[in-house]
Amino acid sequence: MQDVAGHSGDAGKAALPAWSLPKDSVDRIALPAHWPERVTREWALGGSTGDGVRVCILDSGVEASHPMVGELESAVVISVGEDDQIVADEDTEGDVSGHGTACAGIVRRLAPDARISSVRVLGSSFTGSGAVLLGGLRYAIEQGFDVINMSLSTTKKPFASVLHELADTAYFNRTVLVASAHNMPVESYPWRFSSVISVGSHEEPDPLDFFYNPSPPVEFFGRGVNVQVPWVGGRVVSVSGNSFATPHLTSICALIMAKHRELTPFQLKSVLYLTATNVGGGK
Amino acid sequence: MTEQPDLRAAVAAGVVGSEESFRALLSAIVEVARSIFGAKASSILLLDPETEELVFEAVVGEGEDTLLGTRFPAGTGIAGWVLATRTPLVIEDVRDDPRFASDVAEDTGYVPKGLMAAPLLHDEGALGVLSVLDRPEQTLFSLQEMELLGLFAYQAAIAVDLLLNARKSRRLLDESGGDLEVVARLATIVDALEDEQREAGLRLLRDLAQTLESPRT
Repeated sequence: MQDVAGHSGDAGKAALPAWSLPKDSVDRIALPAHWPERVTREWALGGSTGDGVRVCILDSGVEASHPMVGELESAVVISVGEDDQIVADEDTEGDVSGHGTACAGIVRRLAPDARISSVRVLGSSFTGSGAVLLGGLRYAIEQGFDVINMSLSTTKKPFASVLHELADTAYFNRTVLVASAHNMPVESYPWRFSSVISVGSHEEPDPLDFFYNPSPPVEFFGRGVNVQVPWVGGRVVSVSGNSFATPHLTSICALIMAKHRELTPFQLKSVLYLTATNVGGGK
Repeated sequence: MTEQPDLRAAVAAGVVGSEESFRALLSAIVEVARSIFGAKASSILLLDPETEELVFEAVVGEGEDTLLGTRFPAGTGIAGWVLATRTPLVIEDVRDDPRFASDVAEDTGYVPKGLMAAPLLHDEGALGVLSVLDRPEQTLFSLQEMELLGLFAYQAAIAVDLLLNARKSRRLLDESGGDLEVVARLATIVDALEDEQREAGLRLLRDLAQTLESPRT
């Protein structure tokens, strides 16, 4: 949270009022770019390649040597050290299941110039995986990634409040958290939090088709059925599931953010709504 | 563990059903799952939290003669991902994925081409994974199938929870050194009686309870 006393000072720094807006500060929060009267997909992401946007794949690791993935900006593996300290070491193992590679491949295909990093939170051990998941998310938020792809969830209620806090921290730090919705009758997190972009699957073949759901908690549907993806061992496979719809929305977010760097997560979600396939500016 | 929960466990072990009956239920679930999806095989893997391994508890179709009881590490592979992330997924054409092969096919020579897997979730816990192997080729997967898989996994999770509770009761009974065996036997016998015999049996137990509760002189 910003300093509540900071009602004056350099407008270019993070010194805007946190709790109120004095009369003499109104000019300082003028938006740097005007939105068109009708926000279209062409305005939002037309011509974008995701250039420079930093995308984090929080998952099982990524096989960077796969030709459909390519170079990673960084790759770490998260573990719980002594005194429950979260440790991030360079990840030399790659991908322990194939799923993270698939997600990275989808992002590379749709947003080829995005800078992809891997934060591996799976594979070290099953026990304590919840703590590693939380630690990995905290680490990713601290790194200031623009988008974090989280194709996973936890059903552990004790983790819910911490996850909620982390999701809000990301939101206020301008890190967009894109999370898979659960399609089974259980309570799971963090996709249910309103500060994240939650994603379910649709069956359309166009990877850039996405739909706004007027009946949340699932807010958007991305392509999630019969998707060709890279897999470990240099393989290419066809996959289905919400966890693959999620990197489609992650990619769309990266395309928009590369073109409109000023967007906050709230504004980005608004652009997603306005340019969804089933909403006015979708085409 | 105090005496009272042990006694309850003894009664539970006597009446909630045997491990065999729950295994039969799991087998029925995987059989129906295989049949509904027209698949070659289906299985239920349970997490052994002490060894952090996944164990084949029910298998139908390819591998059913050899896989039951087989274990592999829970932290890796496709089933491990599904378990850890509580998220279902479908993957087709995994024939040459070495990790997948080591999960399932090492002992049997059977290497599936496709896999649907959903976590078995109960309360806050992930108990295991339901897998359906090799749907018919050349049929595209649909969201409807994913919903169906989720429903089967939900049903399987309830059955697995019952199985685990039965095992826990049985274990507590065994740990009592046989002292509580008679309580379990009584519960089993009375539970099996019918009509007047059952009423007479319950009356006898009530009288016995009253006698044991009355102050000793």
